[in-house]
Amino acid sequence: MSGKPKLYYFNGRGRMESIRWLLAAAGVEFEECFLETKDDLTKLRKDGSLLFQQVPMVEIDGMKMVQSRAIGNYIAMKYNLYGKDLKERALIDMYVEAVIDLNELLMTHPFQPADKKEQHFATIVDKATNRYFPVYEKVLKDHGQDFLVGNQFSRADVQLLETLLMAEECKPDILAKFPLLQSFKARISNIPTVKKFLQPGSQRKPPLQEKDVPKLMKIFH
Amino acid sequence: MAGKLKLYYFDGRGKMESIRWLLAAAGVEFEEEFLETREQYEKLLQGGSLLFQQVPMVEIDGMKMVQTRAILSYIAAKYNLYGKDLKERALIDMYVGGTDDLMGFILMFPFLSAEDKEKQRAVIVQKATSRYFPAYEKVLKDHGQDFLVGNNFSWADVHLLEAILMVEEKKSDVLSGFPQLQAFKARISSIPTIKKFLEPGSQRKPVPDDKYVETVRRVLHMYYDIKAN
Repeated sequence: MSGKPKLYYFNGRGRMESIRWLLAAAGVEFEECFLETKDDLTKLRKDGSLLFQQVPMVEIDGMKMVQSRAIGNYIAMKYNLYGKDLKERALIDMYVEAVIDLNELLMTHPFQPADKKEQHFATIVDKATNRYFPVYEKVLKDHGQDFLVGNQFSRADVQLLETLLMAEECKPDILAKFPLLQSFKARISNIPTVKKFLQPGSQRKPPLQEKDVPKLMKIFH
Repeated sequence: MAGKLKLYYFDGRGKMESIRWLLAAAGVEFEEEFLETREQYEKLLQGGSLLFQQVPMVEIDGMKMVQTRAILSYIAAKYNLYGKDLKERALIDMYVGGTDDLMGFILMFPFLSAEDKEKQRAVIVQKATSRYFPAYEKVLKDHGQDFLVGNNFSWADVHLLEAILMVEEKKSDVLSGFPQLQAFKARISSIPTIKKFLEPGSQRKPVPDDKYVETVRRVLHMYYDIKAN
């Protein structure tokens, strides 16, 4: 019982990546148990480890936590990345929830059927550049501070950076019209714990490759 | 504008219904502005009231809050329905996540074609009875307490009751294998604030109908086909 949180998921981003980001940003070491086959998932289900038969699951502080939001909330609170009061938490939650929405679009892209892919890509770019990024650009512009909420590093900054980088993987010049997001990206990437996570050899996972999709479908379907 | 709590949404359930439930459970009065026309929606957009151009939006404590989950968390914390410590919060968040996923299968139901509706009804019942209800049945059985978390009424109880009633609307005997949940349902429904919300004339909204679907499509210009997940 090392005391380190232990993550149960497949060896890829999916819904666990935001949790990896948050732990890394908080400077918390964690272990990972990768599901490779359907049997691995079945075994976890059979031994009662998965409240709703699903992963992500994180063993932390004696709990087998499921539901990525619940896990994210717990980690953010525990490691002081959730603002200093209820109102800051409200802002953080609003910003994080929207980022989760955009992440859903990005995450489901590899699974789109071939004839829907181009349209889906267009939707991602449209929503990112017309709905989401302008909001964060304005937030940063209006208060002129380094961080999104309360002049302090929080979960909102971590999750936004994660999404900005994923969006750039999708379309490298997607931040062209957002100077403040560009400097935000540079600034947050330089925070020592985040910088370390961005280096090769960290537990950050690469983007899902088309060739890995069939294997995933086998485990989860 | 102290004390004014106002909900901006369509005159129907959708994503706002869980918020209505929670406010009602907490005994908090609220006003509602219903979106009927595209013009109303555009006015809200132009006024900068909708941070991500979406509803639900709730005016509360000087904020124009958006994002359903953010709003629910704020209300739960403010009205002491979020447990007494971090671990209880973790449990509540997990349980609410489950009921949220379950209600997610029902959310798009009114927008489906007749054929897809039948398929989706089966999916809803299957998920409820094989994945979600067994989990909550076990929680209640294991601790033998009246409420899901910490022997205290919380957001998790409100959300689960809402989910149970919604699934029952799709299959009335869906709780037949779940005695703990049946007792839970009766018990939580009797809590005075909840009982009041369940009575006719409350701000609880009825099962969505075609008129609701038309309104949403018209206001949001959402004319594409919705497919089940």
